[in-house]
Amino acid sequence: MMASVHILLALALAPLLLGVINRTKAFFAGRNGQPLFQLYYDLAKLLRKGAVYSRTTSWVFRAGPIVGLAAVVLATAIVPLAGVGAPLAFAGDLVLFAYLLGLMRFFTVIAALDTGSAFEGMGASREVQFSALAEPVLFLALAALARQAGSLSLTGILSAVTPAGPAWALVAVALLVVLLAENARIPVDDPNTHLELTMIHEVMVLDHSGPDFAFILYGAALKLWVLGALLVGVVLPGGNIFLSLLAMVALAVVVGVIESTMARLRLLRVPQLLVGAGALAALALILVMR
Amino acid sequence: MNVELILILVVLTNLKLLGSSRLGSSIRMVGWQGLLLGLLPLLAGHALTPRVWLLAAGGIAIKGVMFPWMLLRALREAEVRREVEPFVGMITSILTGVLALGVSFWLGQRLPLPHPVSSPLMVPVAMSAILIGLFLIVSRRKAVSQVLGFLVMENGIYVFGVGVVKEISLLVELGVLLDVFVAVFVMGITIFHISREFDHIDTDRLSTLKDWKP
Repeated sequence: MMASVHILLALALAPLLLGVINRTKAFFAGRNGQPLFQLYYDLAKLLRKGAVYSRTTSWVFRAGPIVGLAAVVLATAIVPLAGVGAPLAFAGDLVLFAYLLGLMRFFTVIAALDTGSAFEGMGASREVQFSALAEPVLFLALAALARQAGSLSLTGILSAVTPAGPAWALVAVALLVVLLAENARIPVDDPNTHLELTMIHEVMVLDHSGPDFAFILYGAALKLWVLGALLVGVVLPGGNIFLSLLAMVALAVVVGVIESTMARLRLLRVPQLLVGAGALAALALILVMR
Repeated sequence: MNVELILILVVLTNLKLLGSSRLGSSIRMVGWQGLLLGLLPLLAGHALTPRVWLLAAGGIAIKGVMFPWMLLRALREAEVRREVEPFVGMITSILTGVLALGVSFWLGQRLPLPHPVSSPLMVPVAMSAILIGLFLIVSRRKAVSQVLGFLVMENGIYVFGVGVVKEISLLVELGVLLDVFVAVFVMGITIFHISREFDHIDTDRLSTLKDWKP
């Protein structure tokens, strides 16, 4: 019962996180900013519209957003929130979690390549390059946690996390970097840039329209939610549901603060950031292995 | 502030050194490392005799304050490009550092010690600092970064001395501290003179000085 409540909460509240991030950025810039529920309005608007498909695209282009959304919804069912076990938990589900996110990315990438646009191909290439570096960081961090907890399931790991010690702090920092990189937030990619040669995620979804684009936006919001829930679970294990939801909002504020105070890294420096996060996660793994 | 935390922070400063591209920030990082190591003898489980206090104060004053000041001054007066210019890229450097860390932890577990150390991290961290210092010396082009590598290596030996050897080591460490001070002093002056003479401090160009030309 509780487990299904938490997945409903995720499905309902995920777009709110992006609203919080945008409001935080607006506060720092001295603007009023868009409404907190802007993404909900956007989704409602896009779902009412029809989709336009280019004649050069195939079924891959149409499958991309749907498979992406399905994968991330399934990932939501694996990550527990607030000490409540996830609806789907078995030994080794952390590998499934990582590769569901991988599947989502893969379909976004091949849908982008399917358009035949050189511009989208460039974004796809960058996305693949950076996620290839972010994935080992996620795995090293999860391996360190799994070793400490003696469990291979995310539910088991997050219920056994002890929030103290250097290894825990290193894992938390590494997971924050993964969250920023995977969700195309600022030190890695700027979500506000449009039609600029430096962007990564936004460029891949330029050709999607109507409900397809709504699926992509909603899928991105859910991805932020699941990685955020993982980080919140590590930083604040146990805890009740309200505390955890509060922590999710606080995490969104932190992301907003990072976006307001940092500049986007040069593309050449992004791999250094990710490898640095990987070094932290590796150090955490070494510390718990000894 | 316990010993483990200091040792982890020392490892993190080492990784930052491998990944940073500015000479100035590298020098400051070594300064922070010196400050952390200065606190180490107070926490490593020695009796707090005046000699230990002297070692801590000397370490903080020389490694944490004097060295960064002297090297930053040498850097300013040498007027070189303030970038590290490594032979090995930043990413490869960081990966090498992680590898060195893994090897040190593996070795540290099988090294028989005369008596128990105050922290199980002491030996691996010391060895990783020695390895990373060595790597910094061979993989960087600028004379200043080679001095930094030398300092990191010396810091590793210092951790080993403070952590593993009891009593007598503190006297030896004081002597070593003096030696290192003189060495860095001389190196700072040399860097300045080399750069005034040749307009740069790239050490790889010294190889052109040999007689035989291929």
